[in-house]
Amino acid sequence: MHFPILTYMVFTPLVGMLAVMVLRKGADNAARYTSLFFSLIPLLLSFILLAEFDGSTAKMQFVEYISWIPSLGIHYYLGADGISVPMLFLTALLSFVSIIASFGIKIRVKEYFAFFLLLEFSMMGVFAALDLFLFYVFWEIMLVPMYFLIGIWGGPRKEYAAIKFFLYTLLGSVLMLVGIIAVYFYTEPHTLDIMELIHRSSSYGHTFQLIIFAAFFFGFAVKVPVWPFHTWLPDAHVEAPTAVSVILAGVLLKMGIYGMLRVSYPMFPKAAIYYAIPIALLGMIAIIYGAFVSMAQKDLKKLVAYSSVSHMGYCMLGLAALTTASFSGVMFQMFSHGVLTGAMFLLVGVIYDRAHTREIAAFGGIGAKVPIYAGVFTLFGMGSLGLPGMSGFVSEFLTFVGSYNSPYIQRWIVIVSILGVVLTAGYILRMIQKVFLGPFNTRWENLTEINGREIFTVVPLGILTILIGVYPKVLSYFISASINNVIKIITG
Amino acid sequence: MNIPIDLSLLYPELFLLVWTFVVLVADFFTSEDSKPNIGYLSLIGLIITAILSLSSKQGTTFYGAFRADTFGLSFNIIFIFSAILTVASSIEFAKKNLKHQGEFYGLILFSTVGMMFLSAADDLLILYVSLELATISLFILSAFMKRDLKSTEAGMKYFILGAASSAIMIYGISLIYGMTGSISLHIISLRLEEMLTLSPLFVLAIIFLIAGLSFKLAAVPFHMWCPDVYEGAPTPVTAYLSVASKAAGLAALIRIFYDSLQPAAAQWIPLFMAIAAMAMVLGNVVAIKQHNIKRLLAYSSIAQIGYVLVGFLGDSELAVTSMVIYMLAYLFANIGAFLVVIAFYNKIGSDEITAYAGLSKRSPFLAISMVIFLLSLVGIPPMAGFIGKFYLFSAAIQKGYYWIVVLAVLTSVVSLYYYMSVAYQMYFKTGDDDSKISIEPTLAVAVAIALAGTILIGVFPSSVISAVFGASRAFF
Repeated sequence: MHFPILTYMVFTPLVGMLAVMVLRKGADNAARYTSLFFSLIPLLLSFILLAEFDGSTAKMQFVEYISWIPSLGIHYYLGADGISVPMLFLTALLSFVSIIASFGIKIRVKEYFAFFLLLEFSMMGVFAALDLFLFYVFWEIMLVPMYFLIGIWGGPRKEYAAIKFFLYTLLGSVLMLVGIIAVYFYTEPHTLDIMELIHRSSSYGHTFQLIIFAAFFFGFAVKVPVWPFHTWLPDAHVEAPTAVSVILAGVLLKMGIYGMLRVSYPMFPKAAIYYAIPIALLGMIAIIYGAFVSMAQKDLKKLVAYSSVSHMGYCMLGLAALTTASFSGVMFQMFSHGVLTGAMFLLVGVIYDRAHTREIAAFGGIGAKVPIYAGVFTLFGMGSLGLPGMSGFVSEFLTFVGSYNSPYIQRWIVIVSILGVVLTAGYILRMIQKVFLGPFNTRWENLTEINGREIFTVVPLGILTILIGVYPKVLSYFISASINNVIKIITG
Repeated sequence: MNIPIDLSLLYPELFLLVWTFVVLVADFFTSEDSKPNIGYLSLIGLIITAILSLSSKQGTTFYGAFRADTFGLSFNIIFIFSAILTVASSIEFAKKNLKHQGEFYGLILFSTVGMMFLSAADDLLILYVSLELATISLFILSAFMKRDLKSTEAGMKYFILGAASSAIMIYGISLIYGMTGSISLHIISLRLEEMLTLSPLFVLAIIFLIAGLSFKLAAVPFHMWCPDVYEGAPTPVTAYLSVASKAAGLAALIRIFYDSLQPAAAQWIPLFMAIAAMAMVLGNVVAIKQHNIKRLLAYSSIAQIGYVLVGFLGDSELAVTSMVIYMLAYLFANIGAFLVVIAFYNKIGSDEITAYAGLSKRSPFLAISMVIFLLSLVGIPPMAGFIGKFYLFSAAIQKGYYWIVVLAVLTSVVSLYYYMSVAYQMYFKTGDDDSKISIEPTLAVAVAIALAGTILIGVFPSSVISAVFGASRAFF
């Protein structure tokens, strides 16, 4: 048997969590470096994963298949294809970066890192699991550390944000659970093997597909979050500590899209086609609504949070369009948004640590005072608004081209959505202008420049966004075969 | 040649019965200071009973009135484990709060004996008598703190309502006997199949049985006694009540309805569906408002029985498996939660949820254990409760009862809110007092066992389940 690389990637953080828990009380630095070590290993492994991955096939690779609950036919089934490999890499990278960014946490340090590693464990598991049961287990475990991370280390309304997040996402996932059990009994012989269920998808009845697709969709949509299920997001984002916001935006939101790509779309192709227009409309509303709401925000972090609602709208539009180009756009958007928004949250955290405020109006002209910070921030801002040469542009371009030519949705939806790009440029430029340009607000006389550790956290993200923007093939090499395969399954 | 009376099938039950008397007699010769030894003596007896049960033979005896099978065995394991954890949790508690400790342990054992006979009963009368043995011991146990007003009130309430429900149940049994001429579960089902139409009187008898048993389960609308009794009874008794007594009611329910009244399933399924729906909604919604942890767990236990009844609707082999697995998961999670409550009460003397503020600092072990138990009760993987709920809901969906499962999962989300309100106090709030809380070794071991059960059943469900059943088969 080959080296079980996925198991190592998934379980190393769990071992790390146990290691942090047994550290003696008050060993804060030990906790920091232990978690750094245990999050570095999955990152290094993910490089091996990228190197070993064969982009020419849509087959599952690095497969591990062990019987888990024989009486129900449930397996410990891990594997990776072009859809999951980029997400595994993104998760490993952002977790590592976030742990560095968390070094500033001062209270209950041991607990913090223990919960953080548990979170990384569950996220890795979601992207590697190929059995619905296993997938659901990882999906749910994730809620627990998130609840505590927001609730203990968050901002002023942390308790409210934490329980709202927990309740909201649990509500979504329990309906998915009903869907999972229904699928289990619908197939003969009963199975929860995702690959096998997709393989048999042509035999599922029309009505069955429509109902169960909706159950799954609700579970995933809350996580994305698709408008109108997004109201937990601004609360969670604003209250969460910086590193947790990075993970929330960078990885958690992607899980919803990933779930649709991995499970609901290929498993219920008829429903995917049937619901194309409503989903595209939801995407369109999210794009426009998110952009307008971002524009009205006074708080930097809230602005970035709502911009995520808008950016995830592109993903929904791309999914609804059901073309190879639009699906590639979705993949690019998932990756690119993870990198860009992750960096944006890190940078907002940087200024908040110094200024203890995130109010846009409180700043002004600080670009002269902290030029490096301003430069880095502007770079990611440009990426976020889709400037050519950066990853955001590639993803939006692919999404719109793919959707415009789609036979499943109407063109006006796409055209209205494209207006969102203009609005995005509007709120991002306005934010940059108000914070960094204009007359200098003397209140920030003593503002210090971004430090080495903080630079170190955003540099890899900056490199990635430019690399993908200039040479998209670095990402498309991984995804194209799998995306083609999914489209082939859905549209026949 | 079938031997009509084969006592070897009853060894575990008989052993525990004898041991109970040993405990009661030993109590006379023990000084007040060394009463905890009676507790340890009871523990030893229970552990031996568990080993005997696992190695016992299977078969029927007493002319078919007593049946030892894997079903009974799995419930016996649940009863014995509940008793072990309850006794282990009582030792410190009893020393501080109770008089007549010897009788206290003796009554727990008596109740366990009753339940063990119950799970093997294949005849309505044996079933009734053993249920009474189990329940009457519990009436006394509930009122055991006789100087405490709440405890005596609990005992009184439980006794009066319990007696009334028993009367209703025996009336139902007598009606069935009148119409079928038998008290044997098997023969009743044969007679029932012969009947072309079900007489209204028979339906009435079924309703009486459901009412009587629902009382034992504390299912809505027969739950009124439950919060008051849970709050007033000594906490170890509450723990035992919430798990063992419910499991006993469930065992009786499964025996009667699956074995005997199966042919009338069309009549009783809608009734149970309504009871399950009401229990889940009422239990979960009312629990939100509670500020006493014992009352919160009381309402949560009402809701939990609702989930079990969702699985009960499945009326299949899978349904039985699902209920056994769920009760095992519930056993560890619910008693585990009570163990934490007891450990906390022993040191702080309060059951108010707000008193738990800052527990994560004062005792990280108790706090994290409590969170794990509560998450298991919600049904979050990888805890045992998730596997249990997965099985229960599967059993119902297999029969196409979608809406009740949707209701069950939605009410589970509601339950998250109040369970997490405890976690909220323990982790997010800081208390006035920051001193460490120490736990007695016996209690710590009990919590560790409950934790191990909760996590192991969740992560390796197959191995645990086949270990329970495999062990039973390995000996013959």
